[in-house]
Amino acid sequence: MSKIILQIDERKIEAREGMTILEAAHSVGIFIPTLCHHEKLEPYGACRICTVEVETRGRTNLIASCLYPVEQDLVVRTRSEKVDKTRKMILELMLAHAPDDPALQDLAKEYGADKNRFEKEPSFCILCGLCVRYCAEVKKKNAVGFVSRGIRREISFIPEIASKECLNCKECFSLCPTGALQAAFVLTEALAFPPPPSEPVPDE
Amino acid sequence: MRRINSPAELDKFRKDIISKRDPDKPCIAVCTGTGCLALGAADVVTALKEEIKKQGLETEVVDIRETGCPGFCERGPILVIYPEEICYLQVQPGDAEEIVSQTIVAKKVIDRLLYVDSKTDETIVHESEIPFYKNQMRNLIGNNIKIDPKSIDDYLAVGGYSALVKALFQETPEQVVELVKNSKLRGRGGAGFLAGLKWEFARKSPDKTKYVIVNADEGDPGAFMDRAVLEGNPHSVLEGLTIGAYAMGSHEGYIYVRQEYPLAVENVGIAIKQAEDYGFIGENILGSGFDFTIKVHQGAGAFVCGEETSLLMSLEGKPGEPRPRPPYPAVKGLRGKPTNINNVETWANIPLIINNGADFLTSIGTEGSKGTKIFSLVGKVNNTGLVEVPMGITLREIIYGVGGGVPGGKKFKAVQTGGPSGGCIPEEHLDIEVDFDELAQVGAIMGSGGMIVMDEDTCMVDVARYFLAFLADESCGKCVPCREGIRQMLKILTNISEGKGKEGDIELLVELSETTQNASLCALGRTAPNPVLSTIRYFRDEYEAHIKEKRCPAYVCKELISYYIDPDTCQACMICLRKCPVEAIVGGKNQIHVIDQEKCIKCGTCFEVCPPRFGAVKKISGEPVPPPIPEEARTIIRKSKAK
Repeated sequence: MSKIILQIDERKIEAREGMTILEAAHSVGIFIPTLCHHEKLEPYGACRICTVEVETRGRTNLIASCLYPVEQDLVVRTRSEKVDKTRKMILELMLAHAPDDPALQDLAKEYGADKNRFEKEPSFCILCGLCVRYCAEVKKKNAVGFVSRGIRREISFIPEIASKECLNCKECFSLCPTGALQAAFVLTEALAFPPPPSEPVPDE
Repeated sequence: MRRINSPAELDKFRKDIISKRDPDKPCIAVCTGTGCLALGAADVVTALKEEIKKQGLETEVVDIRETGCPGFCERGPILVIYPEEICYLQVQPGDAEEIVSQTIVAKKVIDRLLYVDSKTDETIVHESEIPFYKNQMRNLIGNNIKIDPKSIDDYLAVGGYSALVKALFQETPEQVVELVKNSKLRGRGGAGFLAGLKWEFARKSPDKTKYVIVNADEGDPGAFMDRAVLEGNPHSVLEGLTIGAYAMGSHEGYIYVRQEYPLAVENVGIAIKQAEDYGFIGENILGSGFDFTIKVHQGAGAFVCGEETSLLMSLEGKPGEPRPRPPYPAVKGLRGKPTNINNVETWANIPLIINNGADFLTSIGTEGSKGTKIFSLVGKVNNTGLVEVPMGITLREIIYGVGGGVPGGKKFKAVQTGGPSGGCIPEEHLDIEVDFDELAQVGAIMGSGGMIVMDEDTCMVDVARYFLAFLADESCGKCVPCREGIRQMLKILTNISEGKGKEGDIELLVELSETTQNASLCALGRTAPNPVLSTIRYFRDEYEAHIKEKRCPAYVCKELISYYIDPDTCQACMICLRKCPVEAIVGGKNQIHVIDQEKCIKCGTCFEVCPPRFGAVKKISGEPVPPPIPEEARTIIRKSKAK
């Protein structure tokens, strides 16, 4: 693997080809916040809290550092007025769903985000997909997935799989950035769903 | 079916087809595109066939050709009679007898089926002289009325697949890429990226397996350009795609078309089968040694799958959600292999460029945008339909010259281009040239070619709300700025349109727009705020009227309008009272009518049915409804009867 030199927050950084900006930054101790990122999982790029500013060919862009591959001579700024403003808004949008989550509150303090900016719709879920992806990529069970799209997107356990797999696993619960209770609730909801009348009710 | 094994054989075969066709033999070409079919074109065809039989003419005397869409959807069903090129509009099955006996047999033109110029009251016989067509440049859709899309021989008769021969036998793949680069063709799907450059990236990606894809996932509300091309002239797309495959070194292609386009799916399926039988697709194409296969993939109708990386996910059988770029599809696309994706219209341009040279395209258009562009011109415009115009034409020429202006004497307000990711352009910018960069300058985009004309009765807050509601459903929902940004913008817009807008809402919309634009994962999110930003930019006063005065200037937003009967002009005719679906109108014979505001659902029926000579029902907004006149004052004493 060839070496790539780039600049993060005015520091010259040496990275390996194929690394993401986030990995390169973390490797030298530069902190970039993340919510949907997990080392064991494929990069996903959904929460966008890891947004940073990059300069390539004279143009400045905001990109998700967890996805963007390092490039030779790339100039990265992990904090800037634009970055902070974007992170603040992203936090405020997520706080409408999970207003009391400690992880979000810590970040809110850092970026001056107001948890009451938007009308509350407490679903407790920010759709980071950690549970979904962990179940698919690590456990290879696909017991939990996304349903619907757009503003109606939500996570849902698949009763047929969940009833067999989940009760003894629950590994995804601890991954949930907004509190394990959420996953537990959705799981219970899935398993409580009455089975079709043609099938016998499974014995507990 | 016979297989054609060399350019010489194709030449001979083409000559045979043409020699067997008598150019003087009458032919009735009936549009059986989706628009005309919806208006009853299938019955017209049946009636014409029966009539021909009944009058003992049979096929020796006259042909019937069922074609794709020639564009003038407003006046369908449309037919054109050759060789004279007589164009009949709004044809009904009952007209078949006269068409056959008068026009085909007696060679007489039927005046009542002709186009009447509304300005001069003159009838126009020939298709090409109708103002709607006269101001167009139909390089891509001009052949639609001349060919039966289900007949490959028809396509060959108009010179089809000659570009493929030229590319395969006279040009190297590099030369083809160079030609497309020189033509400056920009992708017609929305972003307007240079097609030749995209081809070069894919060509240079070192991999044995590469894919080429036709993006026919047309999802903008009111847009049907790609459908018309794919339905009406599918071989032109297949030919372009095969040339592209040769240029980029691909042997497998896909057509990703939405399942809601059944006729396009059918016609392109038939076209592939015919092209395979003739040896234009498959192994050793025309004896050149080049192999290429094409498969059709039907999408389930998600708007986001028009975004190229979502399309690839969907094609791989995964949920239609975008994936990050880089890596770009040209490097790592379908199943990890280099992939080129172009829009239907982009592919349809390729045979023209190969046949006529790069200059053919560069001679048309502006500095930055070359060639023609198809638009679906819809909304408040007289000539609704599909138009193909040279780049550089002004919006005014399209809307007034081709489209015939705004109907009903109403005032033009804005034109929305580029679909849900586009913007609204006001009157003051109607003279800008249609060009990728010019449109972006005024806050809109070219997009794939949707063009919605709006008149004074359109509320711009409502328009923004409509597009955001569409995007709220159609976003994949994966990333926060897009999903949550749209959710909040939609909430604010809904509040404003319901009279619950607050001071600061406009500023908050702008701030949300910035985040959604800057931080979203794919182009859907990055362009989603355009309808909001462009309406704020040009129609801020309408937003302010909604927020500050609780007034909808266009009288559209239901929560902000009321209907009221003016007691001075009401003649107690009972019409509105009878038509009101919720019995909200109180009154009787000789009793001035009054609307019970509590019961009124603001459907507007009373407003529409009140005889114009009375005009007693008023729409009001931003002001309180005057109190009802006292019951004792409601009796009308009519002069004639009072004597």
